[in-house]
Amino acid sequence: MDPDLALLLNGIVSGLLLGGLYAAAAAGLSVSFGMLDVVNIAHPAFMVLGAMLVALLWGATGIDPLVLSVLLTPAFWALGAAIYVAYHHFFERRGDEAIQGLAFFFGVMFIIEIGLVLAIGPEQHFADASYANVTWRLGEIDLPLRMLVPALVALLAIGGLALFLRRTFTGRAIAAVAQDREALRLLAIDPVRIKRLAFGISIAMAALAGGALVVVQPVEASSGHIFIGRVFAVVIMGGLSSLWGCVLAALAFGVVENVTASFYGPSWSPAVAFGALLLVLAVRPQGFFGRAA
Amino acid sequence: MRGLSRRGLGRAAVAAAITVPATARAQSTPSGEPIRIGGSMSLSGGLAGNGRPAGLTHKLWADEVNARGGLLGRPVQIVTYDDQSSGAQVPGIYTKLIDVDKVDLVVSGYATAIIAPAMPVVMQRNRAFVSLFGTGVNSEFKYDRYFSINPSGSNPNQTFAKGFIELALAMDPKPRSIAIVNLDSDFHQRAAESARALARSAGLRVVYDRAYPPTTVDFSPIIRAVQAARPDVVFVGSYPPDTAGLLRAASELRVNFQLFGGPMIGPHITAQKLQLGPILNNLVVWDVYAPEPTLQFPGTASLIERYQPVAAREGTDALGYYVPPMAYTQMQVLEQAVKKVGSLDQAALAKAMHETVFDTVIGPVRFDAQGEWPEPRDIYTQYQGVQGNGVDQFKKAGTQVILYPAQYKSGELRKPYTAGA
Repeated sequence: MDPDLALLLNGIVSGLLLGGLYAAAAAGLSVSFGMLDVVNIAHPAFMVLGAMLVALLWGATGIDPLVLSVLLTPAFWALGAAIYVAYHHFFERRGDEAIQGLAFFFGVMFIIEIGLVLAIGPEQHFADASYANVTWRLGEIDLPLRMLVPALVALLAIGGLALFLRRTFTGRAIAAVAQDREALRLLAIDPVRIKRLAFGISIAMAALAGGALVVVQPVEASSGHIFIGRVFAVVIMGGLSSLWGCVLAALAFGVVENVTASFYGPSWSPAVAFGALLLVLAVRPQGFFGRAA
Repeated sequence: MRGLSRRGLGRAAVAAAITVPATARAQSTPSGEPIRIGGSMSLSGGLAGNGRPAGLTHKLWADEVNARGGLLGRPVQIVTYDDQSSGAQVPGIYTKLIDVDKVDLVVSGYATAIIAPAMPVVMQRNRAFVSLFGTGVNSEFKYDRYFSINPSGSNPNQTFAKGFIELALAMDPKPRSIAIVNLDSDFHQRAAESARALARSAGLRVVYDRAYPPTTVDFSPIIRAVQAARPDVVFVGSYPPDTAGLLRAASELRVNFQLFGGPMIGPHITAQKLQLGPILNNLVVWDVYAPEPTLQFPGTASLIERYQPVAAREGTDALGYYVPPMAYTQMQVLEQAVKKVGSLDQAALAKAMHETVFDTVIGPVRFDAQGEWPEPRDIYTQYQGVQGNGVDQFKKAGTQVILYPAQYKSGELRKPYTAGA
């Protein structure tokens, strides 16, 4: 195979795998920011909180990190629901959510990070999945399971969430909250309860993403920072309330980053990826799958 | 004491007479206002893996000085603020330390990126400033009260990669090409600059030369592009978060390079040694210390023995080979200068630091006009025979052999680097 072609194919494949991690990180935000209008800037911090807890639990039990992250989801759901209750009580109820809500989640982000430093320490923590040192080869293409397994698990979880949103009454109510709160009241559904449930789901997704992250790389308290820009970009590019748009945008982001890094150097990756975001928004202001307002 | 003459006995008696009161004096409790020594330290963020052991060592030094009777008869006290591994926090921290807290002495936190932003504040207030692991910080400022505890000397752009390039040129067959990869940060840019210059003058073709941003998540495209360029040797500069990613990617892509490594700060942290395990085999890493018989300073081993129980209690870096000896030296220089001058006068302290040969846990330390070590003491080491993920193998000689410089050499270069395959 021509070396340039091999480089390109591997750039695309590794980009898809990286995109899987981005999709895991962004899916929860697609629910909170895309559907509920909650600008949860702390979403990556919740992901890192999940990752650190998984690393600790892995150290204590040796259970697979992704399994551990699934086990963490109920606790994270409860945490998310509790945070939403506070957020609603202090900001949303009074219509102050725009700027104050943003500040609130900034605060939550710092509290999580400093809390992690105080409780666990600032060092890197890691969890070794049994498959993390295995790489499958398809001819010239490498498929490291360290990237592949978390990506597949994330896509499975997102698929499950999409089914839930589309097929169940509660799921449809969540999708409806994004569009018309008043109409829900007419159906005797309490929009606040629905939003609490949905925000819990978004934080539970962050726990799963944490499991994926810690399989991919060691984490420390501030590992979330580099994801903040990316996850918001992915959600916006995907069209806010569309999970499949979010997945597609995440994969596109990963591919653009890695192909750029392969051929033009890693310094250009962020610039080209965010440039692609601007381009998409110029052509489709509502994102890939967003509804035109 | 064989063949002791009467004169010798007399000398011994005089010596005893001098030392007995001295030790008696040393046991006295320090009193009065504490001497406060301020600094910023990365207690959270990406540099904390080395920042915390540095802070812990400073406290250890303070406790030991106070147990010995303090400094100038007064107790010492360390005042530290967390800079969160961000240079942007640093100027504010030093302004507060000097103007509000009125500390008597200042020292730096860990790493070039944290030291450089402190310089303008420290210079404006004319403080003597002993720094920790700063590479080439003073080459721009030319501040005559700056003193650097770092082995890279005053011309790192020329000398930093010397050991690595010399190892490469000594290989058989002689390499013809080199790839240079580095994190886009102050220290690593200087290191890469040095590798670039020395490689060119040695006639090596630079076939890949790129920096990557700190936000990089997936390192496989970088490693793959390096592989595609087919270099004989690869010089990499990285910090702990990305070192792990680079080495993981190298192992997944089955690299095979005759020589691979450089200032890859990462395995210097014990936790990372344990995680990477056999992936470290044949990796060549810039370092300042390795527990090899050829590199023994009287104070280092004993300091590490005193540090390790404290580290276990505090849950920081377990082995403490990298930062603690240097952080302790930083404080010893300050301590001995204060003792020599007998006051806290900054000008006198700086003068004394330029003139004195300090007796430290890492051997004798002197400073040139720029406040750097006159003789660079960068060492290049290679991990060999690492098996599994146990910690004890790293305490033994032979696991991290020293390849350069010749006077500390404790093993032979092993080729190629295959990332544990």
